[in-house]
Amino acid sequence: MAPDHGSFGLGALICALMLICPAASIRPISDAHRSAALELFVPVDGLFPSLEETYHALRTFLILGVGETSEINRATCPVVLEKLKSPSSSPKGFYDALRVNSILGCQIGSETLEDVASQLRDLIKGADSLMDFYYSVIGLLHVKGQGVSAVLSDAQGVFHSIKALSQSDGRWRFDSNNAESSTHAAGIALEALAGVVSLADGEVDQSKIGIVKHDIVKLFDSIKSYDDGTLYFHEKHIDGSEYEGPLATTASVVRGVASFAAVVSGKLNIPGDKIFGIAKFLLTIGVPGISKDFFNQIDSLSYIENNRISIPLILSLPSTVLSLTTKDQLKVEVTTVFGSAAPPLTVNLVQTSTSEVKNTPTVENQELQFDQENNIHYLDIVPLKIDIGKYTLKFEISLHDPENLNIYATGGRMQYLVFLTGYVKVDNPQIGVLDTDGESSASLVKLDFSKLDKVSLVANHLQKMRLSFQLVTPLGHTFKPHQVYIKLRHEGRVEHIFQLESSARQYKIQLDFLALLEQIYYLSGRYEIELAIGDAAMENSFLHILGHIDLTLPDPPEKVSRPPPQSVDRYSRFGPKQEILHIFRTPEKRPPKELSFTFLGFTLLPLGGFLIGLLTLGVNLKGFPSSSLPALSSILFHAGIAATLLLYGLFWLKFDLFTTLKLLGLLGVFLVFTGHRTLSYLASTSTKTKTN
Amino acid sequence: MLMFRELEFKMAKSSTSDAQALFRSLRSAYAATPTNLKIIDLYVVYAITTAVIQVVYMGIVGSFPFNSFLAGVLSCLGTAVLAVCLRIQVNKENKEFKDLPPERAFADFVLCNLVLHLVVMNFLG
Repeated sequence: MAPDHGSFGLGALICALMLICPAASIRPISDAHRSAALELFVPVDGLFPSLEETYHALRTFLILGVGETSEINRATCPVVLEKLKSPSSSPKGFYDALRVNSILGCQIGSETLEDVASQLRDLIKGADSLMDFYYSVIGLLHVKGQGVSAVLSDAQGVFHSIKALSQSDGRWRFDSNNAESSTHAAGIALEALAGVVSLADGEVDQSKIGIVKHDIVKLFDSIKSYDDGTLYFHEKHIDGSEYEGPLATTASVVRGVASFAAVVSGKLNIPGDKIFGIAKFLLTIGVPGISKDFFNQIDSLSYIENNRISIPLILSLPSTVLSLTTKDQLKVEVTTVFGSAAPPLTVNLVQTSTSEVKNTPTVENQELQFDQENNIHYLDIVPLKIDIGKYTLKFEISLHDPENLNIYATGGRMQYLVFLTGYVKVDNPQIGVLDTDGESSASLVKLDFSKLDKVSLVANHLQKMRLSFQLVTPLGHTFKPHQVYIKLRHEGRVEHIFQLESSARQYKIQLDFLALLEQIYYLSGRYEIELAIGDAAMENSFLHILGHIDLTLPDPPEKVSRPPPQSVDRYSRFGPKQEILHIFRTPEKRPPKELSFTFLGFTLLPLGGFLIGLLTLGVNLKGFPSSSLPALSSILFHAGIAATLLLYGLFWLKFDLFTTLKLLGLLGVFLVFTGHRTLSYLASTSTKTKTN
Repeated sequence: MLMFRELEFKMAKSSTSDAQALFRSLRSAYAATPTNLKIIDLYVVYAITTAVIQVVYMGIVGSFPFNSFLAGVLSCLGTAVLAVCLRIQVNKENKEFKDLPPERAFADFVLCNLVLHLVVMNFLG
């Protein structure tokens, strides 16, 4: 299955889509996982970004049996020691440090550990939320694992407090304030309860344990499933910020249930099929691309591998394509999820079925033989006389020792899709040109595909071309492949594809050129004939050039369509395109600069003439107001007009109309004001002189 | 025939002298106009001359940026027209505009010129 990067939900969706038909083969954890683990968990100078990730890496390496931990040991132990000695550590801090230490085995003095143990006991006494209980209890459990005595004095009380957070549907709440229950919390709570039971100095009340067992059964009622039979846990309410995907939730529940089942006496009432479904879910992920997902998968599978409820046995097919030509054997492996050996058992091929060829008998109840050395069950398929095609095989495992049924889960009947391939023979191929009136079998030519002769045919529009042959499977039956086409290619460019019809015994096609005239665009000339036959079950699918046919067709009438433009070579389509030469309008001829400047001078001459004329007329500024305020207004008025003309100059050079209009508005108001002042003063002085 | 010739000569001479007399009388009449009207007339002559020079230039080099040519010529012609309007309004002998104070006419002249030149500058390009 494809490795899963990013959202796990997408991977699950791909699983679901691919498995609408019978299951693709699931494989147990293999070397692909081991090498992926080494690539995903890479420490920087022996350190990982956090103690949590350090634990993920170390646990994964431990389970898979890979990785060098000496450098990690050297770099991380000081961090662990610091965390344990620090007086202000939270329960999570102790938990992270202690579980890393349980794998690394750093040199930590027993005094420090006893100190940590007493701190944890105090934290348990004062805890009120599920996570606080969990971190403290599991931390104390790890301390016990290091050889320091850690006994929980009030185990009953702690058990009761944790149990109090449970809900009736088997889920748990994170604390008493939060009303939302969560499946993930259930897994955590069960793990904490298992820790409490193992740390207790006496027996925990069996009735309480019975109630928890009942809760677990109810929790398993809420399990979800996909079409292919995989089972998983998911949250009922998905909170955006704390979203844990199905993988994390399922892993949490598996850890909790497996830990709990390991410490209590008696069996949990969970059917083995459900454990099998969960194992299948975890295996169909393939190799996850995110380190946290990888850890969750491997860690939960390790709990499943050795759990006390039932251990799933995975049936996998190393190869789903079997060839009749090379006389392959059907091989099947039955192992635990990590590929370890299964107990003695027999694999039975219960049924094979196919949707295609109806007349071959389906095989029923074949027992596979066991090869002890390679740990493989195998079956010779050639004696079974199965023809080529696509088959659904149903397997069933039967354990030799009836007591093992309580320990192992076999998963009932499992379906797998298998392809049986073989060599298909083309019998009696004939090609020829016929006249309209009927068969003229004299012109039919027998083809021989083994030789590379090419036929040469000639036809006009009144004739027909006929091709026929039979396809025979290795067992002698008629075969109907997925693709049977004939292609006529006109001079390497225009192609026409025709499908051959199949009757009960043979494939044939009759190309009536009169009817096809419009389809082949009335193009006369040489057409290359190619035959294409292909199928997934055919080992010798081929594309043969049979030869060519020279067609003489009449001239096309007016309205016939042209053949579609042929695309250029596939790869040159992505190359640089032809350069487009733009034709610009030739720019207008401008006059030489000197001429333009001369005329600029000429234009200014009349201005000079105007000024001289004014002087000749005897213009003076006597009318200019002398008293201060009118004088000021006049000066400002003239300045305003000058500023407006300057604004117009700037408008021509750089401003746009909006800026100009804005400034003009301001200047206009100013001009109106000063102009009115000036002109009214002048008007009043002139009336004064008139009346005087 | 000689008499005919003499008559022609006399008529030509008299027509020339008539033209001269006419011209002289026009000049003396013009001298009587008030100075402010003369200033306005001078301004009109200036504007028209500038327009003529621009047309001559266009005749030489062709009308390529036609908008610029039009802007230039219409600016001159427009201001000349406005000046003529001002002259009509300011002329004391004109009975129609007796009640209009010349300062008001001048204010209109300034305003219209400013608007005209805004449009001209926009069209100049």
